[in-house]
Amino acid sequence: MPGSPLLARRLWITALIVPPLAFVALFVVYPIISAFAYAFFQWHGLARGEFVGFANFYKVLFTQPYADWTANAFLHNVLVFFALMVLQNGVGFLLAYCLWRELPGAAFHRVAVFLPVVLSTIIVGFLWKLFLHPLFGVVNISLRGTGLGGLAQPWLGQDTTALWALIIANAWHMVGFPTLVFLAGMQRIPGEILDAVRMETESEWVKISKVVWPLVAPSATVVFTLLFVGSFNWFELPYIMAGVDGSPHKATDVLGLYFYRTAFGDQSGSGQDFGAGSALAVLIFLFIAIVAGFITFRLRAREIQI
Amino acid sequence: MSAATETYYDRRGILQTLGRDGLIQIILILNTIVMLGPLVIMFFAAFKTNAQIFQSPFSIPDFSNVANLVKIWSETNFLRYLINSAIVTGSSIVLILTLGTMAAYGIARYNFRGSGFVLMFFVAGLTLPLKLAIIPLFILMRDLGILNTQLSLVIIYVAMGLPTTVFIMTGFIRTLPNELEDAARMDGASEPRIMWSIMLPLVRPALVISGIQNVVPIWNDFFFPLIFIQKDALKTLPQGLTTFMGEYTTDWGVLFAGLLLSSAPVILVYIVLSRQFINGMTAGAVK
Repeated sequence: MPGSPLLARRLWITALIVPPLAFVALFVVYPIISAFAYAFFQWHGLARGEFVGFANFYKVLFTQPYADWTANAFLHNVLVFFALMVLQNGVGFLLAYCLWRELPGAAFHRVAVFLPVVLSTIIVGFLWKLFLHPLFGVVNISLRGTGLGGLAQPWLGQDTTALWALIIANAWHMVGFPTLVFLAGMQRIPGEILDAVRMETESEWVKISKVVWPLVAPSATVVFTLLFVGSFNWFELPYIMAGVDGSPHKATDVLGLYFYRTAFGDQSGSGQDFGAGSALAVLIFLFIAIVAGFITFRLRAREIQI
Repeated sequence: MSAATETYYDRRGILQTLGRDGLIQIILILNTIVMLGPLVIMFFAAFKTNAQIFQSPFSIPDFSNVANLVKIWSETNFLRYLINSAIVTGSSIVLILTLGTMAAYGIARYNFRGSGFVLMFFVAGLTLPLKLAIIPLFILMRDLGILNTQLSLVIIYVAMGLPTTVFIMTGFIRTLPNELEDAARMDGASEPRIMWSIMLPLVRPALVISGIQNVVPIWNDFFFPLIFIQKDALKTLPQGLTTFMGEYTTDWGVLFAGLLLSSAPVILVYIVLSRQFINGMTAGAVK
């Protein structure tokens, strides 16, 4: 190479690294840092006003009606997380265990369980909204058709069932993801270990709880962490199925919807407040980062190297 | 132990296995019915009238009745939304793979001071949700004058896709052997030429995985168009879907036809490439 090969090499590495680095700096790092900064200012519409310290945080956490809204939405996210832990990750583990035996048809079931995962949440949300319609939805039509008409109800229209309907729609949509992550984990368990276990015990339960479950710990770490982040980020499905106000009566309100309303205004377009919205974003962000970090750290500790 | 007891235990073992495998088959079949049933109902309903949907939601329709599909095609902007989604997703993927491979190649193939830090910088954004930075992003896009353009979406998707792509590609490119590269260097090939002609052809499998991992969330995204795009002519498919779902609220056949047409592209590609989809979408989660 003519000239200085060392300089040319340095230029070449710079040319490779700098454009993507600049992109991430400008459109990931800078916005995230700004999100923190914005929370400390008063906002007049889209214009930044004066520095107000922690006033926005105080407002969303301790003054009414914000404090109640924040607590209400947060508790719903907590419920969603634990419910999906069972209905999505728990069922996913069970399905993975069934698929793992590779009985005839397993390949087809594997493709089927993952099919909803590739669909847009918007499609899934509308589909289930139509299915759960009180009069014309297929769920209530089926209940009436089989003599269980007494169980038919306005699933999305009443406080007691609305959030659960959303949770079940979400589990239907996403259960294939933990299923296939767990399945990949199970397929990595060496055959010798399984043979040894088969000599020791006949009990399926002992096999699952004492051998398979501990050995798929790395899959569990990933799936639990992603579910945690996803649950506290939940937005599209409630937005489509319950609307931006978390209807009925905020029974389906979650942090994502609440943040969106606070920042960009509600159904009527009123109440837009970038200051309070930024404060909420920072709080959600810190909560997710700290707890997700903690979950990952604790779960990593129980992983066993095979 | 007598021979008789041994057979007894053996037989019990077989029966238990049969019983257990039977139970597993039942669980899997029931689950597949639950997974596919709603999509089959949607598919059938797209060819039905309101009355047929309400009276017999499970019946097989007359598939020659395509009035609902025609209505979606001719009366809504469906095709426009579809093209917009293709433009935005296509350009985002090309940019993600180009920038992601550049960064990953630089980090993985060259020892330079700070390479560990650079990788950390990319990977830091891996699980942190960019949605929560939407206010600064909105203001940034406004200041750049690109609100209400497809460019704003492409930019945000590239930003969203780069961390995982750099992470996966770096891991993959590191595993490539040094011999080819060294031999080419001996022959006097330049670094760009080594990358382009020798290393990149080997990276193809990882590019497919990264491409699929990014294409599904970008194609399906609704949040960023909701914030950035107001013009109907620029809306993407999920966003456009909310528009015409709002217009045809009483015409259920058309609603289901809209859902069918919107989901058909992804479902068809998934059926053909299911293995690649599953590998790609679980790539970050499966070591």
